[in-house]
Amino acid sequence: MLNPDLVGHTFNGVESTTITSESIAAFAAALGESNIEVAPPTFAITISLEQSQSVLQSSGLNWDRVVHGDQKFVISEPIRAGMQITCNSTIESARVVAGNEIVTVRSDLVDAASTVVATSWSTLVFRA
Amino acid sequence: MSTATTWNVGDVLPAKTYVINRAALVAYANASGDQNPIHQNEEFAKSVGLENVIAHGMFTMGLVGRYVSGLAGGSANVQEFSARFTKPVVVPADVDVELIVSATVAEVSDGSVRLDLTAICNDTKVLGMAKAVIRR
Repeated sequence: MLNPDLVGHTFNGVESTTITSESIAAFAAALGESNIEVAPPTFAITISLEQSQSVLQSSGLNWDRVVHGDQKFVISEPIRAGMQITCNSTIESARVVAGNEIVTVRSDLVDAASTVVATSWSTLVFRA
Repeated sequence: MSTATTWNVGDVLPAKTYVINRAALVAYANASGDQNPIHQNEEFAKSVGLENVIAHGMFTMGLVGRYVSGLAGGSANVQEFSARFTKPVVVPADVDVELIVSATVAEVSDGSVRLDLTAICNDTKVLGMAKAVIRR
């Protein structure tokens, strides 16, 4: 069970990721998207989910039991090749329903100028 | 430029059909980094109580995102996108599962349009509360 003190806590990403045209093209190709001027709207998940996994696993949750409950993206600036992105993740809420632990993580993707380009909210259900 | 300037609230936009199969799930796993075996390995999926391999929720949402980007005149015009993963998309071996995606215009304002989205597999809605906001 997640330590309730962690709700509201932000885990700042320690390393930035440089977005490459190859990673955008590969992600777009997997979705059958041919227009790759900017990244597809769900591309932020390739950065945010990994960070959420690392934060929640180190907080004691079992990633083998996870199911994705819901997902939201707000995109202020489309992600493009060359951007240097750092991901800061905040545990916004955690509750237990019928033994399942439901955790919502907000991930702010910020560029080199510290501008938030996209925010991803993932609600993850850790099955009992 | 999207065709969004001509839409009115209540308009139902043309549906599109996308194919989900095992090869597509492997490609998505490699491109996204999500290598959870429930999306690739039938034996493992069944061992954790699933009917069969299921698609990544984010793969299904990604295909709906492709639909939204198409309506919006490019991904750069997509401002918000959200969905709830209500039903798994089960993907048996050697089967092309069809995902039928459509949209209804929910709100039109000066700068943007809000769409309510529907994603259906085998006559079942697989996403709930799926919405997008695109630039007009």
